[in-house]
Formats: sequence, C-alpha cells, structure tokens
Amino acid sequence: MRIEGVKVTSEMAVSDEKEFAMDNEVISASEDEEFSDDERKHNKLLQAISSLGGKRRKNQNERSEASLQVSEFFVSAEGAGDKVGLSDLLGTVEKTTGATKTKKQLRNLQNRKETLELPLNKEQAEKIQRSVAYEKTTKEVTDWQSIIVQNQKAEQMVFPLNQEPSGPKRVEQVVAGWKAETPLEQEVFRLLHMNRQPVHDPVLTPVEEASLKAMSLEEATIRRAELQKARALHSYYEAKAKREKKIKSKKYHRILKKAKRKEFVKQFEERMETDPTGALEELKKMGMSRMTERMSLKHQNSGKWAKSKAIMAKYDDSARKAMQEQLQINKDLTQKIVTISDDEHETPEESETVPDFVNDVEPITDHLNPWMRSRLPQEEPEISCVTPDKPQTSEEEEEERDEEEELLADFQRKRALRQIEDDDLIPTAAEKQKVTCEVSREEVVGEVTVEISDSDENESEEEEEEDVSHFNTLFKLMSSEKTHEGPAPTPDQQEDEEQLDEGQIRVRNMEDLEVLEEVSDPRPGKVAAQSMPQPTASDPLAKKSKREINLSDVLTKEAKTIKVALTPTVVDDEEHEEQISIIKEAFAGDDVISDFLIDKRKQEEAGRPKVVDLTLPGWGEWGGMGVKTSLRKRKRFRKKMAPAPSRQDQKLPDVIISEKRNSSIATHQVSHLPFPFQNPTQFESCIRTPIGQTWNTQTAVKKMTMPKVVTTVGAIIEPLVKEDYIKHKSTKPTGKGPAILLNDRRGAKDGKPSDKNKGRDSHKRRRNKP
Amino acid sequence: MAALVEDTAKNAHVGRKNKKKPVKRYWEKTEELKNSEQNTADGSTSTENTADRSTENTGDRSTENTGSVKRRKGGQIPYGKEDPFPGEAPIPQEQLQKYQRGSKHNVPKGAQRKLKEAIAWSEKVSELAQKQAARYDLLLPEDAGFLEGDEDEDTCRISQEDIADAVDITSGSKYFNLNLSQFGPYRLDYSRTGRHLLLSGKRGHVACIEWQSKNLTCEINVMETVNDIKWLHTEAMFAVAQKKWLYIYDSEGIELHCVKKFNDVLKMEFLPYHFILATASATGFLQYLDVSVGKEIAAICTKSGRLDVMSQNPYNAVIHLGHSNGTVSLWSPNQKEPLVKMLCHRGAVRSLTVDKTGTYMVTSGLDRKLKVYDIRAFKPLHSYFLPAGASCLSLSQKGLLSAATGDVVQVYQNVWGASPVSKPYMAHRVRGQVWGLAYCPFEDVLGVGHGEGFTSMIVPGAGEPNFDALDTNPYRSAKQRQEWEVKALLEKVQPELIGLDPGQLGKVDQASFEQRHKERVDILGYDPLAKEKFKPRSKKKGRSSAGAVEKRKRKVAYEDQRDVIRQNVKELMKLQKEKSSERQQLEKSSTLDRFRKQDK
Repeated sequence: MRIEGVKVTSEMAVSDEKEFAMDNEVISASEDEEFSDDERKHNKLLQAISSLGGKRRKNQNERSEASLQVSEFFVSAEGAGDKVGLSDLLGTVEKTTGATKTKKQLRNLQNRKETLELPLNKEQAEKIQRSVAYEKTTKEVTDWQSIIVQNQKAEQMVFPLNQEPSGPKRVEQVVAGWKAETPLEQEVFRLLHMNRQPVHDPVLTPVEEASLKAMSLEEATIRRAELQKARALHSYYEAKAKREKKIKSKKYHRILKKAKRKEFVKQFEERMETDPTGALEELKKMGMSRMTERMSLKHQNSGKWAKSKAIMAKYDDSARKAMQEQLQINKDLTQKIVTISDDEHETPEESETVPDFVNDVEPITDHLNPWMRSRLPQEEPEISCVTPDKPQTSEEEEEERDEEEELLADFQRKRALRQIEDDDLIPTAAEKQKVTCEVSREEVVGEVTVEISDSDENESEEEEEEDVSHFNTLFKLMSSEKTHEGPAPTPDQQEDEEQLDEGQIRVRNMEDLEVLEEVSDPRPGKVAAQSMPQPTASDPLAKKSKREINLSDVLTKEAKTIKVALTPTVVDDEEHEEQISIIKEAFAGDDVISDFLIDKRKQEEAGRPKVVDLTLPGWGEWGGMGVKTSLRKRKRFRKKMAPAPSRQDQKLPDVIISEKRNSSIATHQVSHLPFPFQNPTQFESCIRTPIGQTWNTQTAVKKMTMPKVVTTVGAIIEPLVKEDYIKHKSTKPTGKGPAILLNDRRGAKDGKPSDKNKGRDSHKRRRNKP
Repeated sequence: MAALVEDTAKNAHVGRKNKKKPVKRYWEKTEELKNSEQNTADGSTSTENTADRSTENTGDRSTENTGSVKRRKGGQIPYGKEDPFPGEAPIPQEQLQKYQRGSKHNVPKGAQRKLKEAIAWSEKVSELAQKQAARYDLLLPEDAGFLEGDEDEDTCRISQEDIADAVDITSGSKYFNLNLSQFGPYRLDYSRTGRHLLLSGKRGHVACIEWQSKNLTCEINVMETVNDIKWLHTEAMFAVAQKKWLYIYDSEGIELHCVKKFNDVLKMEFLPYHFILATASATGFLQYLDVSVGKEIAAICTKSGRLDVMSQNPYNAVIHLGHSNGTVSLWSPNQKEPLVKMLCHRGAVRSLTVDKTGTYMVTSGLDRKLKVYDIRAFKPLHSYFLPAGASCLSLSQKGLLSAATGDVVQVYQNVWGASPVSKPYMAHRVRGQVWGLAYCPFEDVLGVGHGEGFTSMIVPGAGEPNFDALDTNPYRSAKQRQEWEVKALLEKVQPELIGLDPGQLGKVDQASFEQRHKERVDILGYDPLAKEKFKPRSKKKGRSSAGAVEKRKRKVAYEDQRDVIRQNVKELMKLQKEKSSERQQLEKSSTLDRFRKQDK
C-alpha cells in the first residue's frame, strides 16, 4: 500500500525524490528544534493575548509540516509532496534475512494499486441500515400475512381464539381422579393405551390429533400442489410412454437400443469404480450368459437359417457378413471375462433393477409432522413380528395412508417399472459384449460398415431378448435370495417386486389402453356438429320502416266453441254466424279496434322525441303576420333529437305498455353499486335470496345472518401468539420443487437409510413412553 | 280438506264399482312415477355425493377426513356392512327447481378477492336456502283430489247431489243452498283463511257466516243498494260498497267508518300484503285506501267510464280493470296512466280474473268469448267461444276456472294447457241468474251468489291442499290470529313497491344521473344543485342605487361562462403562437443555412 502524503504546490519537488528527501531530513532535523521553540513561545504569547480579550476564540487546529524553509507567508512542505512509498518505510526489511513470508506479503502489498474506499458518510450508512432493517421487518410481518388473510376470509371468528375444542372428550380429560379399577377395565385400557387407540369412541387418536395440529393450511395447500404436480407428471409420463410404444419405426428402435446400450456400458464402467460389488454382479451375469452360450448351439451357424446362409455365402456378401456376425457373437459370449477382485465392499447394495426411487431423499424432514411425508411404500417396511406393538402401528399407518399417497406411490411405481423395462432391453452381458465387440471391430475394419439385413437382425434380436429375459429372471432370483440374507433392504425389495407385478398388470391392461384411446380420440360428436349444415339465417325478416297495424292483425285468436253441458235457460241457442252479425250490429257505432289503434298511435307519438324548432321569426328576413320563415332557415334551426329506444309493445299490436319510469320505487332501490361489485348483475345475484324468516327455514336464516365476529362474554381476548400460528421454515416443505425427486439417485442414497432409521427410532421411543 | 276430497273421489268409484272392470288407480300410477323419480334422483344425487366426497378428500385435511370416514365404517355400522344410503338424503330435482330463486352467478375470472368472496358466499347461502326449503317440502304431504268419471261418462254430468251423497258427511255438508229470494242477487266473499263468508244482496242484505259450521255471526240490512262487499285483512272487519259511500263494518255488524272520499263504488279488491283496499267507482275513479292507517293513497281517474269489472293480480298486486271498449287495463297506485292496456274483446269486458301465480288472465266479453292470456308476455293463449258468454269468472287456487253463463255455473280444468278445452269439468245449474262467484281458499268449494240466494258447490281439486300456517291458517285460534295480525302489519309492503315486476326492489336503479336529478327536483320543488343567484349587498351612501346595483350585477354576470371563454381564448392563443413560431422558423431558414457551421 502506498501512503499518500500531503500534496504541495511546488512542482520542483517531484524530481530526484530520494536524494532530496534524504537531504531534507538531515537539514531539518537540526534546524527544526530552534524554529519550533520560537514558535511555541509565539503561540503562547498569542494565546495569552487572545485570552485577554475576554471573548473566547475558537482554537484552530493548525497543522504544521516539517519543512526546510519556514516562510512567514505560506507553509511550504517541501519534500512532503513526494509520496512516501512503502519501500521507504520498510527498506530495511529487504535486507534482513528470514521472515520470507512477511516479505512476500509486503511485496504483494506494494504491487497493489487500489486505494481503500472512504467510509460512507453517516446519512448514507444510516439509509442502508434502514433499508436492511425494513426488509427484515417486512419479512417478519409477511409471516403473519397468511393467518391474517385466513382470518379475514373466515365466515365467523369466535374470540377468544384458542378455545377448548367442543365435542366429546376422553375420560381422562373430563374426570381427573378416575382410575380403571376393576381388572377388566385395567385390561381394556391397557390394551387401548398400548395400541394408541382412542379410549372414547369418537375421539381422535393422539396420532390423529397431532396430525391435526401439525398441518396448517399453508402446508396443506403446498402439499396439494405437489400432489397435483405429481398427478400431472404421471399423466404426461403415461402419454409419453404410450406414444413411444406406438412407434413402429425399426430404425428408431434400433437407435434407441443403441443409445441405451451405450448408456449401460457407461454405467457399468462407472459402477466398476464406484460400486464394485454391483459390477461384480454384472460380471456374474455375464458369466451366466457365457455358460448358456457355451451350452447352446446358438450362433454356431448350425441352424437351418445358417445353413441356408452358408450356401449363399459364397456369392452374397451380406450373407457372409451375417454368418460372421453370428460367429462373432458366439465368440464374444464365450469369451472369458477377467473378474475384478474386490472383496472389501461386501455390503449388499441395490443392483441395477432396483428402482431409483427407493433411495430418494425424503424431502420433508419434520419430526413433528410425519404426515407431511409422502408416504411411499418403502417408508413403511413391513417388518413382521419384531415387537408385539409393531404390526398394529403399521396397520394404523396403512389405514391413514389415503388415496393421494397411493396415487403418488403408484406414479412412482410406474415410473420405476418403466425404467426397469428400459433396462430390460439392454442389461445382459451378451449385448454389452456385443456392443464392445462391434465397437472394436469398427475400429479394426474401419471402412467396412457392419450392416445386417432386417430379418437377420430381427431374429437375432428376438433371441437376444429371450436371453435377456432369462438372465433377468435368474438375476432377480439371485438378488432376492441375497436380499433375504441382508437385513435392512429386504422388505423394500420384496415390496418393490410386488408392486412391479401390480404395475405391470395395471399398465398392460387392455381396458387401460382403451381408456387412454378414448381420451386421445378426437370427439366425433363435435365433428359431426360442425359438418352438419347450419340452419341458414336467411329467414325472411320483416323489415318495416313504418309499422302500420292492420285491423286484421288485432284479435286474431281463433275462438274455439265449447259445448256446454247445461244450456242456459236465459239465452236461446243461436247460430254462431248469426251471433256475430248481431254483435256487429249492436256495436256498429263504436269500432273498438280502430279506437284502440288510434289510442296506441297517440301514445307512440307522445313518446317520440319532438323536433325542436329554434327559428326566430324576423331574423334575417321580413317579419310580421302571415310571413313564412324560409325553408333554409327552417332546415338550419330545426333540431332533431335522438330517436327513442324501441317500445316494449312494438311487436304486440293489441297492447299498449306504458314507457313511463316508476320513480316511486327508486327511493327504495339501490342507486349506487356497493363496493366489491363491478356490475349490477353481480350485485343483484347476491341479493336475490331473501334472508328473512318468512322465506327460509330456521337453519338457513341462522346461517345467513350469522355474525362475523362472536365473542364470549367475560373472556379475555389475547393477541395472537406467534408460536401458535407461524410455523418455522423448516417444517414447511420446500415449495419450489416437487417433494419426490425422480432422478436424483446418488444424492438420495446417502441420506436415506439414516433418516429412515431415525424416523423409526423416534417412533419407537414415542411408543414406549406411555 | 284435500284428504277428504280424495276420499270423495274414491267413494264415488266405490259406488259404481260393480259396473266396470278394475282400472288402474291414479295413485298407483303416481306412485310408480314417484318411485322412478326417486330412483333417478337417487342416482344423480349419489353421484353428486361421491363427487363431493372426493373433492373433500382432495381438500385440506385429507388425512383426517379419510380417517374419520374409515372409522365410521368400521365402528358405527356393525358386522362390516356398508351404509346403503351414504350421505345426505337426496332431494328431487323438481323440488329444488321449485325453490330456485334466480340463476346462479359465476365468479368472474379476474375478480378481486373481496368480490369473489362475496359472490361465493351468497351462492353458497342461497344454495343452502334452496336445499333446505326443498327438503322441508316433505311437510306438505297433501295432494289435490279430482273427479273421475267412468269410461263413457262425462264428469260434468255428475250432479252435486250425487257427489254429496258419495262423499263423507262433513264433505257432503259443504254442498248446500241458501234460499234468499227477498233481497235480490247476491255477491259473496270468502275470507283469506276460507272460514268466513260474506254475503251481500243487491237490496241491502249483508250477512256474515262461518259457513262450515253454518254459524251466522252477523246479519244486517243496510237499507241501501249494496254493490260489493269485501273482507279486510281479518274476519273482524269488512267493507261494503253501498249506493253512495263506502262503509266499513265490524263482524258484529257495527258501522265503523263511512268513507266519503270513496263514492259510487261498484267493485272492490283487497290487497292483503299491502293492506290496501282498491275500489273502482261508477265515475271512473280507481282509488286506493290504506286500511292500516286509513289514508287514501291514490285516486286515479281512469277516463274510461263506469268501472264494474275489476280483479287483482295476486302475484304483483296490480289491479286489472275491464272496460266497455273491450280493453283491459293494468294499474298501480304509483302511476296515473295504465301500466298496460290491452285490447281483449270486440265488445265490452264482462268479467276477468287472474290466476294465483300471476301468469294467466282469463277474460270474458260481450262478444261471448272467453280468452286466456299470458300476462307476462301479454299474448293470448286460447280463445273459447261460449254460447251464452260468461258473466262471472273465478279461478281457484289450483287453477280451475269457473264461469257463469246465465244460471249455469261451469267449471273448466286446465284452461291454459297445451290443448284447448272442449268441455267443462263440472257444471251446475242454480236457481237464478249468477251474480257472484268465488272459490273458497283451501277447500274444494265454489260459492255461487245468485238471484235466489247462495249455493255452495263441491268442486274436487279446487283448493290448495297444503296451507302455510304462518300466513293463512284456517284452523288458527284467536291468539294466533292476533299474533299474525301484528306480524302482518310489521311486514306490510309499501304501496310504492307495487309494479309489474315485484322483484324490482332487488335491482339496481340504473337511471342516469340527469333523470334522477330531475326526479329529485320534482320531489323537492327546487334544484338543490343550482347555483345561487348573485344578490348584491346593499350599500350605503347612494351606492345601492339601481344603476350601481345593476353595474355590480353586470360585473359578476356570466362569470362561469367567462371563465370558460377565457380558458378557450388562452388555449387558442397558445395554439396560434405555436403556429406562428413554426411559420417564423420556416421563414427564417434559408437555403444557405445548410452551409452554416453545425454546432449541435
């Protein structure tokens, strides 16, 4: 670090730094004393004088520089303008031996160019502090947000909040001094307590209670989201699998297989390093395949097909190749494999076919809240009859596991199954060897590409698959045997296998497939509807600019005569036509219909907006009696109003409906939309149901008029306590990712077993307590 | 009651049973139907239930839910049997529909939280109310009866005597005649509970009878022509339209009021929920009297002559008047002109009636036609021709129409059905010209007032079998009546709310501000928002001389207009300035400018 000295105006000092500085030092040392002495005296004198003045003078801090010349006019600081280097100060260190480290450090320091930043000024520092504090507090306060919103949303709040839950209670809760006295009672209660069963019928088990307490709304929503995601993924996965299964392209499958093979080889190599026992297993498998190969006549070119090919081989290049291929396969398979001797790691490990989810890390590690764990099957190992209370607990848990868990588990299972299927396509040694050999041959031959005819490959593939399946079964048997011996993972794997079977059934079901097909089917109904010719909208619309009501339009309803049982004695029976004519005669004077129509027209006229005439007679032309305003003026000053909206009775010739607004009801109506509503229909729909007792049943009325806040008289309403409502962050499952990690195998392996054990231990401990 | 009437029908069959082979009974059919309905309803609701449950399970406390369910399964139902009827009892869709109020409103997509909550809450609550109401429908167990003839027998041929003989004694006693030939044609009115009957002879005879027990509560002669008679809200008071004025008597026959504002009344209607007596007079006035406060609410001159045809719409309390020019007009006390005026007949309207739900109106005219109108759309549904024309019309609670032609009373069933009626359901001949017709509420009885007295006839299936005991209880005690009266008065509907649409109150008033303001001005008599006119202060020393005052006024005159003008001018000037500056710039710039040094 370079120390910056005081900057001085004189420029001369810059040149010849060192010598000058040295000189200065020498001279100043002697002279400085005299000057300073004088100065001190002088200062004293000055102070004395100033103190005489009565007024206090502020003591000015003077800064004195050691300098060569002291002028009375200005302070010169010659030599001080030079920067004092670190080397100046620590020059001697270089010469000393030892302390190399410090020397190095110093040198580094010297080379550094930056200077230290100035400390922030007070205002800025405080500002930053404030902002940080603000953030912190907001974080703290937002923790309350959810509970506040929850309370706001609640239909009813009953204060004080933490009341004793109503409903039946346990015997012990109600009666303090009650004891099971008779031996029968004791027996019964012991049993109940031992099994953590509710003593009273409708009371929750302690476990259930704990679960109720443990789960907050937020957690539940998060969990739900998780489940939803899992479900969605499940469906995607199914769809994808189905799609892929449908692909018929041989090339695609070939490529797929190749890729898988490569993957397998890679994995195998990796395993060789990380997990030699697993690799050993593989090798054993290969050994088995070798044995079978040696036993069988496959790939010996002794079959029918081979013989036919042998005939062809002379002329056909491809046939020859195929034969060579077969032989090569045989060779590869029968080749002895050099085993790797690794005896250190004898711990049983999961082998290839064990689905990865077995080792997934449990995402939620909340001991208080075991219900938030995704209850995948492998979490509940069915260890049979270790302790008397164990099976029951497992049963209990089984009960508690609900559909969602099952769904999740199912999803996992299917996924695992799928993987196994994928693995099934590759994993035998035969193929692996084949791959390697192919690779090697390619290296050797170079340009000669290996091409096998389709049929050929098919056959070979089939054979291979057979082999593979055989191997797999063998391997499974082996592994199961092995796991039987091993302590911990046995049940897991067993269960896995069971599940696998289940999964297979589920997936391969024809019904399932059908269902899927149905889903994927495009809706035929829709198509039909679209293809159907749409009714032409060219119905002749009666366009009438001015509607004149015909007399014949009015009262057109055909009358139907009714046979009257008892003919009235007063009126004689007459002919229908005759009657009409008589009536017509009787009402010849008043034509009812035309009167009505006139009335209607009048009403319409009255309702129509009138033309406003703004002409002023005499303006711009002659005025007086009998003078007509000009046409131009009339045109100019007549204002047409906007046409009135169409009348309600427009289409009813024999009805006049009044268009007047009923303003009397307006005083009782709501004229301004109240707050949360955005349009009248919303509000109207909200008040459409009356809340009075006249129109509703008692319970409905009570529900409708339920007060928002209920307080019990005399009870103290305490403020909310943070611990009761805000759970620690650790209890929450991480909201970002799904709790089930699908592909993360390696990470899972480490964390899992220990965690599981811990969980089990805790269970045990708790169980033993009461 | 209805049960009795069912009996009557059955008994009638029993009487004739030996003639015919056993027929499928109506109840069997209905039962079957019901069963099938139940099944379908079961199916739908059970699926609903399962759906509900599944949604519940996906909800918050899923573990708890399933746990409890499982325990219930294990614990409460013994022997591992499953509950065959899980969940709530299903409600038939029809019943639900019956109690539906308006349509459901969905929560808009981008709505705020509060709005969402409000809508969701209201939907929830109204659904609850609807469901509860539908559930409580099982408290209405009675069914209306009906008359069924044999294969080749018209029901209208069955005489009242036969029916009365066939049914039980109590029901049979409901058919009776009152021989009152002295005081001329009778009008009648049943009280709302159907227990009391008012009879009024044209020549002044007024009688008040508890008709089921035939107990005469009061009988007077008012010594004047009586045009019409009507019960008020209880059996304690009734109004009589006499020759000149309107009188109100109590059940003892003591004159309580003589309302001289109401003269020459020909017809009356009482609006029970509004406590309003509406009268139509010979002078063409339609008047409304609030009987709870004794105030005239409105007097409307209809300008259409003598008003002797009147009916009320029980649905919305609108008064229907029939006129001599064949029109029917609809009135509310809030409007001086008819709400609707419709031409119904070529001749004068003789009688009209409106059904209980306010959907249908039946009119009869001098042109001897009987017309059925849908008064929601104001369109005719059916038109029948009656040989003699109907002088009186009445609709029962269950929709049976009775029409009087001369001295014959005919009852029609299903008048507004899809197929037009060809023959009457029942018919009965009375001794004189029919003057008044009325169905007794909650009874299968039709009262006929005629020239020779009064006839009560049995019409199976006329009355509503189930009554609302809190509204109109035929069996109520005096105490209950008093209580009801208080409650009814408290729940009295204001006359301002009468209109074509009774649900208008639940709608937002969307009139524009101007219109509302205009109405306010009309009500207040002045404009509350108008600016005050400038009134110069009076000053002394001759400065308040007329000229000076005028000058001062001139100073502030059109101040607001001036402001506007000033503003406009300012803006104009600004624009002009801009324009001119632009022009100047354009003018200033010469072609040689391009050779200038560019310093920017």
